[in-house]
Amino acid sequence: MMGISRRGFLKVAGLSALMAALGKSGFELLRPGQVEASIPVTKGKRWAMAIDMRKVTPEIIEECKKSCHHYHNVPEFDNPKVEIKWIWGEEFEHAFPDQQHEYVSDLIKSLEFPLLCNHCSNPPCCRVCPTGATWQREDGIVMMDWHRCIGCRFCMAGCPYGSRSFNWGDPRKAPKELNPGFPTNPEFPTREVGVVEKCTFCNERIAKGQLPVCVEKANEMKKDSFIFGDLADPDSDIRKALRKHYSIRRKTELGTHPNIYYIIA
Amino acid sequence: MLDRALKGSSRYWGWLIFLLILMGIGFVLWLYQFKVGLKITGMSRDVSWGFYIAQFTYLVGVAASGVMVVLPYYLHDYKKFGRLTVLGEFMAIAAVLMCLLFIMVDLGRLPRLVNVIMYPHPRSILFWDMIVLNGYLLLNILVGWNALAAERKGVHYRTWVKVLAYISIPWAFSIHTVTAFLYAGLPGRHFWLTAIMAPRFLASAFCSGPAILLLICFIIRKLTKFDPGKEQMRTLGGIIAYAFILNIFFFLMELFTSFYSQIPAHMDSLVYLFRGLDGYGRLAPWMWTFVFFSVVALVMLIVPYTRRKEDTLAVAAACVVIATWIDKGLGLIIGGFVPNPFEKVFEYWPTVPEVMISVGVWATGFFVLTVLFKIAISIKEEVAA
Amino acid sequence: MYDGGKIIVGLIIGIGLLLSPFFYNAGKALKPPEPELTPKAKEAKVCVASKEYMTNNHMHLLDEWRQTVVRNAERYYESADGKVYYKSLQVTCLDCHSNKTKFCDQCHNYIGMDPYCWDCHLEPKENK
Repeated sequence: MMGISRRGFLKVAGLSALMAALGKSGFELLRPGQVEASIPVTKGKRWAMAIDMRKVTPEIIEECKKSCHHYHNVPEFDNPKVEIKWIWGEEFEHAFPDQQHEYVSDLIKSLEFPLLCNHCSNPPCCRVCPTGATWQREDGIVMMDWHRCIGCRFCMAGCPYGSRSFNWGDPRKAPKELNPGFPTNPEFPTREVGVVEKCTFCNERIAKGQLPVCVEKANEMKKDSFIFGDLADPDSDIRKALRKHYSIRRKTELGTHPNIYYIIA
Repeated sequence: MLDRALKGSSRYWGWLIFLLILMGIGFVLWLYQFKVGLKITGMSRDVSWGFYIAQFTYLVGVAASGVMVVLPYYLHDYKKFGRLTVLGEFMAIAAVLMCLLFIMVDLGRLPRLVNVIMYPHPRSILFWDMIVLNGYLLLNILVGWNALAAERKGVHYRTWVKVLAYISIPWAFSIHTVTAFLYAGLPGRHFWLTAIMAPRFLASAFCSGPAILLLICFIIRKLTKFDPGKEQMRTLGGIIAYAFILNIFFFLMELFTSFYSQIPAHMDSLVYLFRGLDGYGRLAPWMWTFVFFSVVALVMLIVPYTRRKEDTLAVAAACVVIATWIDKGLGLIIGGFVPNPFEKVFEYWPTVPEVMISVGVWATGFFVLTVLFKIAISIKEEVAA
Repeated sequence: MYDGGKIIVGLIIGIGLLLSPFFYNAGKALKPPEPELTPKAKEAKVCVASKEYMTNNHMHLLDEWRQTVVRNAERYYESADGKVYYKSLQVTCLDCHSNKTKFCDQCHNYIGMDPYCWDCHLEPKENK
């Protein structure tokens, strides 16, 4: 018989669910390694990003934002009330308000910091979500399930970094003149009205062994300006970069353990 | 017993029709909001909760305050409150219903509400809020209705009703404690990040709820043959006085911690609320109105003469309702979002549709309250006759 | 019996309203539409599962896919004959079945289904 019977399908579904609960993929049990061997999969234990502020320029951030929003079908509103942002630039005093002082160096003052979801190791957004629509994957990515989000916006109150956006209206009804050709990526969905969204570390690209869009774009413009990698691997590029340079993170005193590092010197 | 709600004066029906009209307007606007999204409200990326959640918070307090007439009766055997317990319980029912409606109108994807039950996440305070609010609703329906039925038949209520009444007492405290935890456990929202949030919530609940009940008692006495009782109302006045003093005391403690410590993040929201920040101060007139009514209420509640005299007590109660509503139904939630995580100010102000939807929810609550009180009072009148 | 007449009239009106769709559609038995295959789908011959299974259970399969992809990061599906597919409605399913109107909508309209998949997932550009 071709395909799988309903019974067989349910068996697979049930086993997958069971195995997911046990923290192991159902496929591995059924055909050990077979599926994984045939496809490129990147496995990380704690994905993180180091952004080299000595190399990042406002132009790079602008391009990163453009390509990210283009890739993920994030509409432009040109209105701070309803805007949706996955990655964007912010001055030092707003990105690091607790570090701000009158005599900050001219260099720091002139910089623009790329901000995005910090994929915290101890994410408050996941703690407060009543449905598990946002949760932390085993590889550290703070993921969104847009099928499940009820739009209560508790996560937006919980996030101390302002990394989350809400779809106050239908994204497909965003102003046409600001969004030529929207939705821009036929391989990615849009969201629907009433759900929260944010950066997902391009998990769908990582799964295929690709880098996040912003990392790819930034490095195209300036080599090694964005370093993406696995913090659990001591030999990863990101660990090497962090070992070598002084880096800061946003609002560390809150205990969220952000995984976006900003290399200063 | 329900039939009592179907026989009433033309004033009774006129009031219900008036409420139905408000409900209708609110419902139509809500349908519009459901269709196009929450963009029709004043909420924004920065102030992501607004009027709806603030009303919800205020009304959880009103619901919890039912316990202020239930507790003296059941725990301290203060028999005189027997006349008021059903009113307290019925007010709680109407208030919880409004709470649930305010949550619903605030959701981005209401049809998925069941996900909270299908994928329960006990680490979320919202999960527990759902449990305690619905549980409290059920407890009050069971206790209120059965106690009233017993009263009608002239018998003593059953033991299980009494057991449930006892359970409802700590349960009332739980609903407002859990609601406070929604806010008090969020890193980065310094205005809310205070251990005193739950006590503050309870204090403001236990003055605002009884104040509303007291005002309703005045109306009931005027419109019906049922007298809630002089002493009962005076006792309510005492409860309001203590709770309101505590409420203001807790508020001053917040001011001390913020301004003596001089930690900017803890001061910013308060500065925004009372003086304005970076040139934005839309709420300042409201907050000073809160201060004004608080002072008036404090004086009138502390001075024995004005507290005991009925018309001045009514004025004091009205001041309490206004002051607590501005504090909790406006300042507390909005203030928590200003300034935003980037230390920028983005102001919020409710839109007309948003306010009208809220009015619709309030009207629904008052509709339920009117019908329930009509039933209760008709029965009390019959029993007295 | 109080108001007996009124109650009966009310009942008749109520039942009449309830049954009105049946009267409205009486005698208009429509033939169920047959999903059309694109040349690409025909050429592929097989779907991710048997035709019978897909006809009856595609919604369950899609639901299973969306759960396992999003929640468990299991992005690949192996069919019974050992072929591996990338689990995606938008990228995989609609690649073959790029004629959404003839493949999906016809049937859904016939049975009055309005799946909300398309609120987010993009529909293929069709040459109509």
